[in-house]
Amino acid sequence: MALSRIASSSHASNLLKPLSTALSIRRLISSDSTVPLTIETSLPFISHKCDAPPRAVDTSASELFSFFRDMATMRRMEIAADSLYKAKLIRGFCHLYDGQEAVAIGMEAAITKKDAIITAYRDHCTFIGRGGTLLEVFGELMGRICGGSKGKGGSMHFYRKQTNFFGGHGIVGAQIPLGCGLAFAQRYSKEENVTFTLYGDGAANQGQLFEALNMAALWDLPAILVCENNHYGMGTAEWRAAKNPAYYKRGDYVPGLKVDGMDVLAVKQACKFAKENALKNGPLILEMDTYRYHGHSMSDPGSTYRTRDEISGVRQERDPIERVRKLLLAHDIASEKELKDIEKQVRKDVDDAIAKAKECPMPDPSELFTNVYVKGLGVESFGADRKEVRATLP
Amino acid sequence: MLRAIRHKNILPAFSAFRAFSSSAKEMTVREALNSALDEEMSADPKVFLMGEEVGEYQGAYKITKGLLDKYGPERVLDTPITEEMALICLLNILQAGFTGIGVGAAYYGLRPVVEFMTFNFSMQAIDHIINSAAKSNYMSAGQISVPIVFRGPNGAAAGVGAQHSQCYAAWYASCPGLKVLSPYSSEDARGLLKAAIRDPDPVVFLENELLYGESFPVSAEVLDSSFCLPIGKAKIEREGKDVTITAFSKMVGYALKAAEILAKEGISAEVINLRSIRPLDRSTINASVRKTNRLVTVEEGFPQHGVGAEICTSVIEESFGYLDAPVERIAGADVPMPYAANLERMAVPQVEDIVRAAKRACYRSVPLAATA
Repeated sequence: MALSRIASSSHASNLLKPLSTALSIRRLISSDSTVPLTIETSLPFISHKCDAPPRAVDTSASELFSFFRDMATMRRMEIAADSLYKAKLIRGFCHLYDGQEAVAIGMEAAITKKDAIITAYRDHCTFIGRGGTLLEVFGELMGRICGGSKGKGGSMHFYRKQTNFFGGHGIVGAQIPLGCGLAFAQRYSKEENVTFTLYGDGAANQGQLFEALNMAALWDLPAILVCENNHYGMGTAEWRAAKNPAYYKRGDYVPGLKVDGMDVLAVKQACKFAKENALKNGPLILEMDTYRYHGHSMSDPGSTYRTRDEISGVRQERDPIERVRKLLLAHDIASEKELKDIEKQVRKDVDDAIAKAKECPMPDPSELFTNVYVKGLGVESFGADRKEVRATLP
Repeated sequence: MLRAIRHKNILPAFSAFRAFSSSAKEMTVREALNSALDEEMSADPKVFLMGEEVGEYQGAYKITKGLLDKYGPERVLDTPITEEMALICLLNILQAGFTGIGVGAAYYGLRPVVEFMTFNFSMQAIDHIINSAAKSNYMSAGQISVPIVFRGPNGAAAGVGAQHSQCYAAWYASCPGLKVLSPYSSEDARGLLKAAIRDPDPVVFLENELLYGESFPVSAEVLDSSFCLPIGKAKIEREGKDVTITAFSKMVGYALKAAEILAKEGISAEVINLRSIRPLDRSTINASVRKTNRLVTVEEGFPQHGVGAEICTSVIEESFGYLDAPVERIAGADVPMPYAANLERMAVPQVEDIVRAAKRACYRSVPLAATA
């Protein structure tokens, strides 16, 4: 992942310090070690019509370290986006993912860039996970040409075709049948790849989910439906929206797994399990029990329908980054100082990307008419005053 | 479904204020809509509200504020996010969702007011609006009438991108069996929403998010709970004699600003606030063009097959001999709405576009050559 290269060079010098230095602690494992490590998930998996995967997850020091760094980057990026929105540099809608980072990161750890991902509008971190850069995120959010969609899409419309990230969708639930379509194409082309289709607890009650799932099951599509259950669909709590909020069971004949979405290792294990199963047996549902610290979007304070105690409680007990920090410290992979240095570096990387994005120009006016079609056939398109502004679509 | 209606408070949420002095009372469009809903719910127990976040969240745009407390959860229903479905492989289309439920309730005699958080989301439910609501009275030879209102914000907001910015006026207004209204001022909002709720046919009520916070003066007559505007009648917002400018919703404000600018250059523009897209008030529009001999239509939506296209054709068909210049159309750009601020500005009509088109119609400027 692009992020990995940023911090490692500054970190290497730390690792080369002699272990006998007075203030350094003798390390059991170095943070770039790929020696396998086995760690148990905090909670067991709960399964529906399948056998749950084991709680013991294979990982390594370097993987845990990268989890920390990548999640810290995502966290810092979303907080910075909050400030940019309040400064009116980001317009329209802005749906932030802070709290849910473990889902994006754990998933990437279990799959390849040949597998496909599609999600809804809370997509900034998913884009980063698929290889997008901080500059592309901030550029897009601020409507500049260096943005992932050249400034034409906005917060809800990030895509990355070369790493099979299919967006970025504004209409709740629409991405679900689309994701099953991606899986259909994968089966049709006889590739050994799968599609992860993410949706929220709000979308989980939509009819189009059940229609798409029915077809995916009939045709044994390698589709994994991932419900990011952050327990609130905009301002409606899951118990008020769903007669049955056990989303991992809602597939009925489709197997499901309930996962602690705040535990990156559990997410990794579940996604690995899902990929193996989907390729053999068709669709399944993963319900990630997760939480968003921000409200639904920047126009929602997030505190009219839930208590501040609940939010701070989750932050204290279940924060995904803190969990990995504790693991790194407990296994002596990194020191407190090293982790703080990483966070400082992450802050700097985010600030640098924002500064660079601010310098970047807005799209040229001619871009109004580009990409309407792939093949425009020479038709004319018009601006607001059709006699004043017109263009030929090539 | 309805038990004893709790008349906790019979007074409308916004009390009718009789101004005895000449100073006008002001009201925001949001207050106008809220008061209209309140008064109609109070007057008719069959009226109830459905939509996402209309209850506890007080409405995504706070239009339904206070109504849950006043009328209770039986009449103000918060629905989960389930408008409808539409599938990529259209083998079987299954109906579900609150729009369908609302239409069913209307079949049975209730009077639902269904809120779409924006009309972009209505596309997931459009089958019910067209096939279940609009056509039913016709197909049943008058047995099944559908006294339902579909309301919500329509058109471009600010920076919300391609999937959240479309204007649906032309789509819905092309369908027989539907009535389509679009208010501009608070007076429009109150009078037209009350008319829509009282009307026995399905009404699509296209509001505008950016107008909700705008204040307009309202007379005592407008504030009275019996106030109602007729469906199918446009309003002449500003009289003029040189060129007719038609508009609806937010573009009425832009047209009025353009008229001010044109007045300084000696061009007297007549601004027509359509209010009703279907039925379209062709007689008011044609009478105006027969007076001014020139026409500029303004709308936010896509140009092809748009509201302006219908108005231009109506005028050409009925008042061809009265035209002294080609008809002019100002509309949204013929592209999906871009996010970048400079491109978005180019994609939506601006006041200067309306001024320029009006001048062209008056032969006051040299038309520019087409730019590639």
